[in-house]
Amino acid sequence: MPSNKSVSDAPITQFINCRILRDNELQREDLWVREGRILDPEKLFFDEQGYADKRVDCEGSIIAPGFIDVQINGGYGIDFSQASENVSDGVSFVAKKILEHGVTSFCPTLVTSPPEVYHKVTVSFLSVLPQVKVHDGGPHGAGVLGFHLEGPFISAEKKGAHPEKYLRTFKSGGLEDLMEVYGSLDDVAIVTLAPELPGSQSVVRELSRRGITVSLGHSAADLSQAEEAVQHGATFITHLFNAMLPFHHRDPGIVGLLTSDRIPAGRTVYYGMIADGIHTNPAALRIAHRAHPSGLVLVTDAITAMGLPPGRHTLGQQVIEIQGLHAYVAGTKTLSGSIATMDMCVRHFKQASGCSVQEALEAASLHPAQLLGISHKKGKLDYGSDADLVLLDEGLNVKATYISGEEETGPPVPSYMIDMVLMD
Amino acid sequence: MKLIILNDYDQASEWAAKYIRNKILQFSPGPNKYFTLGLPTGKSTPLGCYKKLIEYYKNGALSFQYVKTFNMDEYVGLPRDHPESYHSFMWNNFFKHIDIKAENTHILDGNAADLQAECDAFEKKITAAGGFSIGPDGHIAFNEPGSSLVSRTRVKTLAKDTIMANARFFDGDLSKVPTMALTLGVGTVEDWKIVALGLQLIFSLSSFSLTEIDYFSLLSSLAVIWKFDLWWSCNLQIPGTCRGGAEGA
Repeated sequence: MPSNKSVSDAPITQFINCRILRDNELQREDLWVREGRILDPEKLFFDEQGYADKRVDCEGSIIAPGFIDVQINGGYGIDFSQASENVSDGVSFVAKKILEHGVTSFCPTLVTSPPEVYHKVTVSFLSVLPQVKVHDGGPHGAGVLGFHLEGPFISAEKKGAHPEKYLRTFKSGGLEDLMEVYGSLDDVAIVTLAPELPGSQSVVRELSRRGITVSLGHSAADLSQAEEAVQHGATFITHLFNAMLPFHHRDPGIVGLLTSDRIPAGRTVYYGMIADGIHTNPAALRIAHRAHPSGLVLVTDAITAMGLPPGRHTLGQQVIEIQGLHAYVAGTKTLSGSIATMDMCVRHFKQASGCSVQEALEAASLHPAQLLGISHKKGKLDYGSDADLVLLDEGLNVKATYISGEEETGPPVPSYMIDMVLMD
Repeated sequence: MKLIILNDYDQASEWAAKYIRNKILQFSPGPNKYFTLGLPTGKSTPLGCYKKLIEYYKNGALSFQYVKTFNMDEYVGLPRDHPESYHSFMWNNFFKHIDIKAENTHILDGNAADLQAECDAFEKKITAAGGFSIGPDGHIAFNEPGSSLVSRTRVKTLAKDTIMANARFFDGDLSKVPTMALTLGVGTVEDWKIVALGLQLIFSLSSFSLTEIDYFSLLSSLAVIWKFDLWWSCNLQIPGTCRGGAEGA
């Protein structure tokens, strides 16, 4: 039907034969998109007497808001923390590839590094290649929501794979330490720190004041230290269970935040969960989910080796061996990080927790959007939200990914780029 | 007039929908010859009929491309996108499922600056469209018992019973229920050539609800005067069914 629009000439797309995730349920409704946003068809009908220009037959697919990955260290041979000249090329490359996993927005994550790396990455983005600042997604790949700076203000005891020599404490009074190490906070979305470090309270307050999400992780804090940090503004837990004190029934530690009664009213504490079946025992995943289902945020915490084929790969200083979903330090059984993709995590989470399709999808879209305070435009299919969509089949396999209403899962980037990076 | 009493709500809905479908198909509407349909709202009465009509459209048996619709009523002062507005009702329960064109649908605007002018303009649109091919299937809008038989489209204050009955759609909060509505007049109905009506009545053993009887009286008088058919579905509150038919003058 030809369009008849008095308000705008922009083309309107109508997704039909689909089930959409809206208001916490899967509804049998058409989805309308105009100018990159979800459109209200009733207003279109009565106010503009308008129709769709283009119809996309989804053949019964599920449409969910595009996935949001708030912890991803790299992939396809790219390591965001490697100080190299073409950092933004690396971020762009990964941004393009993760579209295939249904991810439409992400926070490139930097692990504990020396100040030069942070300065190069955060400041260079501003001066050399401005397009890899915080920006929306599109044909070039998933949108960058801001960096996730995991460290260096973390606990030596719980550093995990982070290099000890670059760990830092707050000795100059908080904000000065941050600026000295990071260089700039302009494009930072999340900072992970250990709240038991002296002087952390003012840092948590200052970061929260600037709208940066403060996450507790790589920490040996007890529950009351964690609760105090939450009261100062912390709202996230980095990969629950990993790199923190284990749950103890007389001091639950950071894990106890899931059921703490000292969380300020109206605030939710969210927690990242690597649901690859390897980093967290499914029983532990279920305990966390059942204790606090609305706070669960699926993250990949993917490393450089994600997306690479099975076998041995030399990545930076390490040789990694990929066997199925496991990435080991070559020749050992030591895990070197996660390589599950976001859609794999969604499927595994659903299967392991027994949750509904809606809950599994919300853990990868709505909850991270709420965590970052952007749920007014991302993570939902409400009228006015950005039309970042993922089309899935019944088994939650990705069929297509859309950013701002345009289909973006085009042909994969040529593989010679992988060889180019590995040759560094 | 024919008085046809059917077993239950679903049967009455299907009868009414088939009647409308057949009338549209017989009429053979086209770009120069539109079929004009008068439509009611209401969660209890016309919903079943709309569902059936949508089914006929989805089966390919019926198209609404050359059908014009005029709704009978709309609340005054309720935002158009309020979930209980009749605009929302029509969009969600009928328009969005069929191939009707937006410009061919007409619903009174309960937020117009000059309500009576809105009503007059609406009557003129009905006349310009050539009057109704079929009038409302469902009920008689907000013409409460006691309405003048020659009334036209106008603003009506709703009867207390109606407001109380509507409260359940507004979270049980009486203060949220609109107290006024715009409605097609009983006299406007006179202009309809054929009218089909179906209505659900509940007779209790011990007493008859006065409101239902008033509606029944009003409708049967109209039916006799203007020679239209009535379908009733009838629920008795004792086990058993009510079946039958009657012919009238």
